[in-house]
Amino acid sequence: MPHTEIVTGVVLDEVALDLDELAQACSVDTLWIVERVEAGLLCQVAQPQRFSSAELLRARRMRAIERDFDANPELAALVVDLIEEVGRLKGRLRAAGIDEK
Amino acid sequence: MEFKDYYQVLGLDKSASVDEIKKSYRKLARKYHPDVSKEADAELRMKEVNEAYAVLGDLEKRAAYDQLGGRYRDGQEFQPPPNWDAGFEFSGADFAGADMGDFSDFFANLFGRAAAGQAGRGGRAGPRPRRGEDHHAKIVIDLRDAYQGAPRTITLRGARADAQGRVSMQEHNLTVQIPKGVKEGQHIRLAGQGSPGIGGSAAGDLFLEVHFKQDPHYRVDGRDVYETLPVTPWEAALGASIEAPTPSGKVQVKIPANSQGGRKLRLKGRGIPGEPAGDLYLLLEIVLPPADTEQARQLYEMMAREMAFNPRLAMGV
Repeated sequence: MPHTEIVTGVVLDEVALDLDELAQACSVDTLWIVERVEAGLLCQVAQPQRFSSAELLRARRMRAIERDFDANPELAALVVDLIEEVGRLKGRLRAAGIDEK
Repeated sequence: MEFKDYYQVLGLDKSASVDEIKKSYRKLARKYHPDVSKEADAELRMKEVNEAYAVLGDLEKRAAYDQLGGRYRDGQEFQPPPNWDAGFEFSGADFAGADMGDFSDFFANLFGRAAAGQAGRGGRAGPRPRRGEDHHAKIVIDLRDAYQGAPRTITLRGARADAQGRVSMQEHNLTVQIPKGVKEGQHIRLAGQGSPGIGGSAAGDLFLEVHFKQDPHYRVDGRDVYETLPVTPWEAALGASIEAPTPSGKVQVKIPANSQGGRKLRLKGRGIPGEPAGDLYLLLEIVLPPADTEQARQLYEMMAREMAFNPRLAMGV
């Protein structure tokens, strides 16, 4: 018989992640994050103090592309840029009532 | 528990080289990548492929699996023999970054001890204290949940060990309070709901990535919401005050006279709540009554006679 818990979470953009938390959430060490931040691959800001939902998703996608295809960080960032752009365009199609398929 | 033929999942035979395994994995990872794949079961297939690669892509796990695998076929009833992995030292809970919750009972039973907070049998003195892994899952909610906030129950799978150290994938339900104002793609962080910590350390967190269920009436872009509102030709031409359904309830909307189809009306602040709240856009769709009665036909004929109207004038015809 499954047990049921009631939990309340926080929306990530209201309480964003620090560097250690982002690294933990992506199963990487902090150096992996720092290198990609310094190279301008992970976020717009040069020295971010906190990381948002969008940056968590971006970091996890980059990590998966690098891991699955042995891609270098720049190539993984480019692929993720394209995935994000496709996502934005699909969102606009949906908002306009156009079926993306 | 059914035996899983990981070689079959990757489309390989048992003599495949390390390079062949990697090449096949990459090919399938591209084919079933959840962000781009158009295959109907892409997410499920990607999980299978990830699981197969977590084993075959790791020399130690592959060697241990091969020791078992020769005697079983895919789908065959299977129980691991006692001490089947004696002499192998698995490399802990690093399953190539994939969530253990995505993997099968078969995998958890063979390789899941570390993730379930148990030390391996390969000769370690004891578990080194370590914070539990964070988990990630997607949650699909109704748009109305984002407007009002609501408790929603989700089912999660995770590796758990019993008192004897036997590991299995177990489901448990979690009722999560969806915060009012949450947007598509945002994460809800649930502290302590990830993997248990090892050696008394804290449990990991669970990150829920929020997605909205497709709704036939509403479309969402950030905090803005779009809705197509059907109107009659006379409401559009003459103007009218009509009732429109919205995610937060019915509202009275004023349709300006001489509105054309596709006109967009903005209801400020009636999108997803937040600071600032989004807007709700109503796209007018003019719906013609069918000319399926004598009276309706006569009315259309009267308009044709009485109204000098050529919608193709700008096209030069």
